[in-house]
Amino acid sequence: MPGVSGRGLAALMVLAGLGLLAVAAALAVGSVPITVTQLLAVLTGGGDPLHRELLLSLRLPRALAAFATGGLLSLAGALMQVLLRNPLADPYVLGLSGGAAVGALGAMLVGAAAFGVSGAAFAGALLSTLLVFGLAQGVGGWSPTRLLLTGVVVAAGWSAVVTFLLTLSPADQLPGMLYWLMGDLSYARSPLPAWLVLVPALLATLPLGRTLNVLARGPLQAAALGVAVRPLEITVYVLASLLTAVAVTTAGSVGFVGLVVPHMLRLLLGNDQRLILPASVLAGGALLTLADTLARTLLAPEQLPVGVITALLGVPTFLFLLYRSR
Amino acid sequence: MAMLETRDLVIDIPGRADGRSLSLCLAPGQRWGILGPNGAGKTTLLHTLAGLHPPRAGRVYLDGAPLATLKRKMVARRLALVFQERQDGFPATVLETALIGRHPFLAPWQREGTEDLRLAREALAALAVDHLADRLVTTLSGGERQRVAIATALTQTPALWLADEPTNHLDLRHQVAVMRLLADQARRGATVVMGLHDLNLAARWCDHLLLLFPDGQHCAGPAEVMLEPRALERLYGQPLTMTRVGGAPVFVPTPDPGDPVDHDR
Repeated sequence: MPGVSGRGLAALMVLAGLGLLAVAAALAVGSVPITVTQLLAVLTGGGDPLHRELLLSLRLPRALAAFATGGLLSLAGALMQVLLRNPLADPYVLGLSGGAAVGALGAMLVGAAAFGVSGAAFAGALLSTLLVFGLAQGVGGWSPTRLLLTGVVVAAGWSAVVTFLLTLSPADQLPGMLYWLMGDLSYARSPLPAWLVLVPALLATLPLGRTLNVLARGPLQAAALGVAVRPLEITVYVLASLLTAVAVTTAGSVGFVGLVVPHMLRLLLGNDQRLILPASVLAGGALLTLADTLARTLLAPEQLPVGVITALLGVPTFLFLLYRSR
Repeated sequence: MAMLETRDLVIDIPGRADGRSLSLCLAPGQRWGILGPNGAGKTTLLHTLAGLHPPRAGRVYLDGAPLATLKRKMVARRLALVFQERQDGFPATVLETALIGRHPFLAPWQREGTEDLRLAREALAALAVDHLADRLVTTLSGGERQRVAIATALTQTPALWLADEPTNHLDLRHQVAVMRLLADQARRGATVVMGLHDLNLAARWCDHLLLLFPDGQHCAGPAEVMLEPRALERLYGQPLTMTRVGGAPVFVPTPDPGDPVDHDR
């Protein structure tokens, strides 16, 4: 890949290998264990019909959806952190998940089907994005600080509405709602929309890597080095919002991945966005696939919300890396 | 070679009257110093000259073309700006920081080549920060960061230098080193424009001066004409005493009888 050094390329290969392993584990592990030989038989077009059905219509779509969601969230998080020049930024920092949650919970409350819930979540996410961007314009035009403050306050507003919706809801609907809020891939039916957004978005951001490195030095410095700052910032904002909206629509608001995966990679690989952006997609995808596999197997037949697992895996790893860093 | 010209320029400082518009021609080889009290608009003027801050009226021309119509990337290939304030949101090494000076010369997919690396390393050596190449910028002292910022501009190989307080945070030895470097750039045909608060640095190192008054008035010309004690006293609102060291004028604030002075030293 142009623009990435030899060492970076090696890191990407390792992460891609981890991603493949995570997907393989997701396919093999479950109520019916499937061996590597059986797995290969099915993937090459043969194998036991039960295994075929289990793999191709249940585990594979879910694993691919998990991978894509993790990739979307990590890429969105990495972009938001550069855009806002704030290491605490994550894909939800501008209130997008709150908008999506209000949409999704509202749809569940009126008894919409899964498709309706996803549609309402997507609509809520877009509405929140437009609302934050519009309000942050204010009288004097937006700045990253203003965008961040507006986003945080709008998120607080959504959070109040979410609590309100939860108190209105009948008891039998509460577990489903709480699962959605923590992130749950059992809603994900087709991984296709997520991949259709993830792949072009990654390809679009790759040539922007060095420009984003310059933007991370501040807007004035970037402009002095020949970057058209405002168009770039708007592109990054729209792209990161779209990525997050699709992720939330696929799996609810899975926390933690978008904040921590890019930071872990920065601690390990340095802060070159040309490497961090593709590495975030691979590492985020691998982490969420692994976490989802654990979520559905640890207490089987009970399923845990995947957000619980991402946090339990990610928090110690991140703290360890941070503690060791200079 | 790069020629910067302003025609009827009025910089935009909120709440200030237009004052007198500025029509100046900054030519290759010249070393301009912009002097003025705090808040007179030195930084705003430099940012306006770099095209980062829209003027209230008038235009800036780079090599005869209106700056506002030029692509930012094309401007950045000609002109470098050393900022007074630094923002380091994310940690980066000293070498990485210097290398971003090559950004305007590289295509989106292109990686920095050996030539870019050579320029960056030479620039770091010229500012005596090459031994810090692998250190994180955030771990450096203020003076070291200032030298890295100047090295970044040097890596940009500009024909036009706009330096906002280039000696900020620098000790006396490095102040002289940086001024020599900028003078050397001018000797090789670059246009050098510096915003300075130190009158004596301007008196020693600049051949042209622009005095900015807080009310938007200004006067500009060759340094020997502009270093007129009465005009400078009016500029700073401070009585000055002039002496000469090695032929160059040196200005000190005239002591007030009420100031504490230790006569036994």
